[in-house]
Parts: sequence; structure tokens; C-alpha cells
Amino acid sequence: MKILLPFLGVMGIVIVAFVGVEMLNLQYLFGVMIPYTAFIIFVVGVVLRILKWGRSAVPFCIPTTSGQQKSFSWIKRNRFDNPSNNLEVIVRMALEVLLFRSLFSNTSTALKEDEGRLIHQSSKWLWLGGLAFHWSFLIVLVRHLRLFLDPIPSALSLVEGMDGLMQLGVPVLYWTGLILLISATYLFFRRVVIPQVSYFSLPNDHFPLLLILFIATTGMIMRYILKVDIISVKAFTVGLFSLKPTITHDLGLIFYIHLFLVSVLLAYFPFSKLMHAAGVFLSPTRNMPNNSRRIRHINPWNYPVKVHTYEEYEDDFRDKMKTVGLPLEKE
Amino acid sequence: MSNLKPDELSKINYMPPEEDWMSVSVQMRKGMYCHGASENSLKTVGFPNPRKWSSAEADWKLPDNWQEIVLKGMAERLEKYRSFHIFMDICVRCGACADKCHFFLGTGDPKNMPVLRAELLRSVYRREFTTAGKILGKIAGARELTEDVLKEWWYYFFQCTECRRCSVFCPYGIDTAEITMIARELLNLLGLNIEWIAGPVANCYMKGNHLGLEPHTITSSVEFLLDEIEEITGIKIEPTFNRKGAEILFVTPSGDLFADPGTYTCMGYLMLFHELGLDYTWSTYASEGGNFGSFTSNEMGKRLNSKIYAEAKRLGVKWILGGECGHMWRVLNQYMDTWNGPADFLQVPVSPITGTVFENAASTKMVHISEFTADLLKHNKLEIDPSRNDHYKVTFHDSCNPSRGMGLLEEPRYIINKVCNNFFEMPENTIREKTFCCGSGSGLNASENMELRLRGGFPRANAVKHVKNKYDVNMLACICAIDRAALTTLMDYWVPGVKVIGVTELLANALKMKGENDRDTDLRGEPLSGAEDGDAKEDSEDV
Ligand code: SF4
Ligand code: SF4
Repeated sequence: MKILLPFLGVMGIVIVAFVGVEMLNLQYLFGVMIPYTAFIIFVVGVVLRILKWGRSAVPFCIPTTSGQQKSFSWIKRNRFDNPSNNLEVIVRMALEVLLFRSLFSNTSTALKEDEGRLIHQSSKWLWLGGLAFHWSFLIVLVRHLRLFLDPIPSALSLVEGMDGLMQLGVPVLYWTGLILLISATYLFFRRVVIPQVSYFSLPNDHFPLLLILFIATTGMIMRYILKVDIISVKAFTVGLFSLKPTITHDLGLIFYIHLFLVSVLLAYFPFSKLMHAAGVFLSPTRNMPNNSRRIRHINPWNYPVKVHTYEEYEDDFRDKMKTVGLPLEKE
Repeated sequence: MSNLKPDELSKINYMPPEEDWMSVSVQMRKGMYCHGASENSLKTVGFPNPRKWSSAEADWKLPDNWQEIVLKGMAERLEKYRSFHIFMDICVRCGACADKCHFFLGTGDPKNMPVLRAELLRSVYRREFTTAGKILGKIAGARELTEDVLKEWWYYFFQCTECRRCSVFCPYGIDTAEITMIARELLNLLGLNIEWIAGPVANCYMKGNHLGLEPHTITSSVEFLLDEIEEITGIKIEPTFNRKGAEILFVTPSGDLFADPGTYTCMGYLMLFHELGLDYTWSTYASEGGNFGSFTSNEMGKRLNSKIYAEAKRLGVKWILGGECGHMWRVLNQYMDTWNGPADFLQVPVSPITGTVFENAASTKMVHISEFTADLLKHNKLEIDPSRNDHYKVTFHDSCNPSRGMGLLEEPRYIINKVCNNFFEMPENTIREKTFCCGSGSGLNASENMELRLRGGFPRANAVKHVKNKYDVNMLACICAIDRAALTTLMDYWVPGVKVIGVTELLANALKMKGENDRDTDLRGEPLSGAEDGDAKEDSEDV
């Protein structure tokens, strides 16, 4: 059920695009209106969500300290796992966001039943899979910019050049596309195969992965198998991008399916766990320096509380305190 | 618990069951949970819904509008804590945290995987606070807040020691401890606490400390320790209590005054301060550094913590020195100044012995005993004979809170290396920020939940066992009062032959005091190895 539903969902998206374009000839709807709407939902949704998070207070300084604190000059501290100022925090965040540092130190634990022993070993597969997935996704995205931009910035051509460095046939094989497909497949199978992971996975964990898998697949089909006319596509996307959308060319069904899948992903993004992309920057355990003993952190909603004062305490225990000779405020 | 032998208890099944976790109701197993909070304890501090109830019975005597109370509480906290709000939204369920929790590793219960523990709350959050959850329901991972769900919260959020190990590994730093704290606040709104927490909270509020020691009992407890010290060293120590004008206020967990082996650590403080001639005082009013209030609600934590600054102000001290305690230090490091500061009536702490300025405590004005001591040793201000600890082969347990909530990793190691000759680290993945919890933290060190504690302590014990087998380790050092109590039980069960010791006790063993007798025993009255040619080691292994 957990996998079937999202699978049917993604299939449904493909079918809708198929019916819409192939049978009802709604090219304008699928080519222009839906992408625009999806994009607006994406931008507005993400901004609103971030604003909403931003409205929540950060009452306490609660970084997870994964290394030695800053104390004496003669004790070697760990600047980036236990940052003591904003600069170090930025490095910590950068390492986290760009290199998935926390995942890099991941371990897996196994129980040797016969010896009753737990073994904790370094486990880098999730790190590798996650990193490959996100980086290849990013580069693929960047590569797509060439479809929107005219002229193509030279930096972009550089990325492309490097991506297609290993010439394998024509058209040039982009490594990142392949890596994206492989890593997304790995992440998907990991969810299905590992019993614990499958146990806590939800339909909305499978859905985005399947969606991305389908997007990558349709993209590859377009490029390597059906060979969509790239000139028409570019003319169309440049039109979209410059807010002068026109549909004059026959772009091919597979292109519409690809575009519709992307639109759904965009519109789905702000309402889903995919928001982790933005949320990671706001995570208080990672984006704060551990300096709360040195510099006072202010809680915006701090309020006075009822306490049991010393005076009350002395009133409660005066006689007993007197017998053992403790100093008193009032005799 | 007691009827299960270690080799039986360590057979753990990590395979999750067939059924979907959302559709099964909670099975509360005896030995895995604590007694519910008593009416009196809740009343003492004005907590909601005080009543006679039992968690073992079906009827928990909830107020009629309990759902409304919880959901309102949740809405409020979503605004008050960005951590909570973000952590509800951005978990990708990658599972990196799953096998990091000692309770999962010790029980195999999938709801003890941090990700799923958080999902227990998140599912309700989705249903009530997100569009997708409202529309799609279960497909979006949302479920209704029923009484069953509430009971499940109670069961599993009191099976989390707020140790933060999961947070170290999460790519977004999602801290299930933070989620547990909020969940416990929500439960607290309905009077659903446990007595092992609510009792100490009430005690601490009225009497100044968790154990409910009254002023005269505190002084007599200390006097008892002074007699012991005199017997061992021949030195008569006369500490002061509630003395105005002292330079330093010393605050430590009341557990240190009460039971072995904490008392030995307490003797260590007394000896160290005496040797230094420190101008310090104890307080009977602020006689607790620990803070079980922080296991109920932020507000209660603040109410209990307020005593420390209030007393420092009343006594007119310059700064505060804090003893060995785990969660006390997380509270002091992350909350105290925010709650009850600014402590502008105090001065930036300066060691009167070495002149070191504790810049890292410039605002809280509170120094950790390990920082204080490490600085003394660095400056050679103490005469140390490490061979007096030669009958010990020591390993060190990083307590969760000072390591993952503060980053105090090297200071205690520095001390240990100076005061004893045989120090062995446990495996790398089980120490420092990756340290395993004792399994009894955050107020779970009761006796009725012993099976839970033993299971939760299994990963820690396992690593100790490793160094015991490899290096013949017989002593587990730590800097936490709950550890000293909890790990002792744990070692007796899982790794017999290994005892537990506070770092300051190790120091005091090695400390050559001016005018002391020829010591022939350690603080526990056990012969030093020089005195009896290594018999001590065998002794301690038979115990
Ligand atoms: S590691 Fe973090 S993101 Fe991954 S499942 Fe655990 S809490 Fe969620
Ligand atoms: S905080 Fe500790 S006890 Fe709680 S879920 Fe995380 S690892 Fe487990």
C-alpha cells in the first residue's frame, strides 16, 4: 500500500499528461498554464513556509555539540563541530549542506548474537547515495539553465563540458543524469529493502523519489532515445522564461509528460518533507554557536515564574536551621 | 527484569512487526515504564490535573477537553520553539538516527527508533496543523489524537532519556530530545507525568533539592563524610553553609550527598577545596544543581533553577562553581542564563589559585568542576601521586549532557590522565559525542522500570565489557551523579567487577594533602595497591 499508492500516483500523473496532450490537445494548459501555476505555488509556498518558521521563536541556545568546547587555550577545541562564533557556524553549516558531514560519520550497529556483542561500524552508503543524489540533481538542474538562457553563460558551458567529459557516443552522455538515476534508485530500494526503513517510511517518502525517478527517466528518454528536437524545446522554454509563452512547435508527448511531472514536483515541494532543503538552514541545533555561557542568549517570550523564595524556605525550616547553627536572615 | 539473565536479555530482535505502526495500539509492558505522578507531587508545584490515577489502569482520569488542551498546547509550542516547528516538518525519514538510540538497540522496539518516536507526535501534528494531513489523512502520514495515541506518547516519551545521540547523526540536526521535551510538556498539561520525576520536582521546589534533604540533614550528611575523610587522611575539614561573603558558591547534585559511590565524589570536592583553602560555601537552599523540572516543562525547569542565582545574590558571592552532574550542566550551559540571568551581580570567574579567567563562563559566571580542576593541574597547583590509583584500571564514560549539550570532552580526560596511570578508552564509536547513554537519564532511574534501564544501558555496558575483556578495566569513571547511581546497577548486571567512580574521587585519591597521614586506603576504604601488593585488584574483582 505504502509503495503502491505513490506509484499509482506517479503513473496517474503520466496518464493525465498523456490524455491531456495526446487526446484532448491541451498543449497550452500543460505547456504553459500548469508550469506557471506550479512555479508560483512553489515560490509562494516556500516563502510562506520559511516565513512561518521564521515567526517561531528560538528561545534557547541549543546547538548539538559534537566536539570539544572552547575553554582553555591549551585544550584543542573542535571549531566546526562545536562552533563558538558565527563564522565557525557558517563553516559547520557549509560542511553540512555541501558535504553532508553528519551523515559522513554515520555508523551502523549490529548485534553478534553468539557473543552478545554490539558492533558499531562506519557506514557510508547513505552518505554516498545522498550526496550523489543531491549533487547530480543540482548539476542536472544547472545544466537545464541552458534551455532558458540566451546566450548561454560560459560558466554553464563549463559545467556541461565537464559533465560530458567522457564522450560516449552521440549525443554526449551526461554523467550526472546517470548518477541521478542510479542514486535515486538506490535510495528507493533502500527504503523498500531494509526492514526498519521500510517500516517507518510513509507514502510521502516514496512519492517524491518515484516522481524524481520518473522525471529523470523521461529526461533521459527524451535525450537519448526519442531525441526530442532540442531547438524547438529551447525556443519554447526561452519563451516561457521571458514571459512570452508560445506553442508553435510540436514538442512531443514525452516532453509534456516530463514537464508535467516537474510541475507536480514543484507544486508538491512546499507542502512536503522536501522543504528540508530550506529547513536545514534554520535548524537550531546546527546553526547556533555554543557560546551561551559566554554571551547571554535572549528568549523573546521569557516571563517571570512563581518561585519558592529563600525567605519562604527559611520560614519553613527556621527552627531546624537554628538547631544546627546555620546563619539566618531573621532570628 | 531480575528473572532475565544477561545472556537472555541481550537476545534482541530488531525485525519490525508486519502490521503498520499506526494501526496497532500501545502494549505497555511491565518493567518498561514508571509509576504515574502522585496527586501530592503535582499539587505541590501547581501542575495541572492532580488526581489519583494509575498508568496500569485503563482510565487515566483525563479532563473532558483533553484533546483541546493538547492541541492548544501544541499550537502554542509551535510558535514558541522553532526547533519543534522545524523538526516536525523536515525529517526525511532517512533512518540515519534509527540505530543510534540505546533504547532501540536494547529493546528492538521499532518505536524506539528516534525517527519513529518523533513520528508518534508528528503524525498528530500533520493531521491538525498541515493542509496535506487534513486532506489526505493516513496517506500523508497523519492520524487522529486518540486516547490510544496519547498513551503511546506517554509510554515512548518516557522511554527516551533526552540523550541527543540521535541528533549527532541526523543530517538536519533533528534532536529527538527536543521533541521529547515538548511531548512531555504536552503530557504534563494533563497531569501525565511519572512520579520518579514529579516527586523530586516537588521536593526540589520546597526543600531545595531532589532528595528532599532538609537543611539540618544536609549538614549532617556532610558531617558524616567529613568524619570519613578524617579517618582516611587524618585531616579535619570544616566547610561552611549559607555563609555570606564567601567568594564562591558551590552547587552540586544532591545525589552526591546521599548514596555510594556519589558520596566518595563529594568527599573528593571537600578534600580538594580544603587543600586549596578555597573561600567557598555550600547552600542548603540552592542545594541542587540537577533539575528534574527540565524533564517536565521549560517553566518548571526555570522555577527550580532560579535558586542558584538567587542564592548567589543573597550570599554576595563572586561566582559559582558547579559539581559533577550531567543534566545539571546541560541546563546551566543552555538555559540558565537565558532563564534567570543576567547574573550581573556576579563577576567573571577567576580561579583564586591560578588566576585563570574563565572567559567561556563570562556570562553565566558558573564554572564546571572539571574545568576548574584541569586548570589547577595544568598549573601544577596540586601535589598528585597517581600511583595511589594503581589498583584501578580506568575507562571514562562521557555523560550525554556534558558531551552533546556542552562539549566538555577533554577536561575530564586531562584530569584522569594526571591522576591515574591506567586509563583506557572505550571504542571510538561509543565515546565523546557518540557516547551511549546510561539508559536511566531524564528522570528514568526508578526501580519499577528496571528492565527498560538495563536494556537501555546495554550498548554502554557492552563497550565497557569490551575494555574489561581487553584491558582488564575495573573502574568506570564519569562526571554525572545519575551515572554514578545508574551505571553501578548496570555494571553489576552486565559487567560484574567494574565499579563506578567520579573523576573528583579519582583526583582525591591521588591528592597529597598537606599534613595528611600516610594513606593506606582509598576513599572507599580499600587498600591502595602499594600497601598490599596488588591484592586490591583481586578483591575488587570478586565483588
Ligand atoms: S536522521 Fe534526521 S532526517 Fe533522518 S530519519 Fe532521523 S530525524 Fe529524520
Ligand atoms: S534522545 Fe537519546 S533516548 Fe531519545 S530518541 Fe534520541 S537517542 Fe534515543
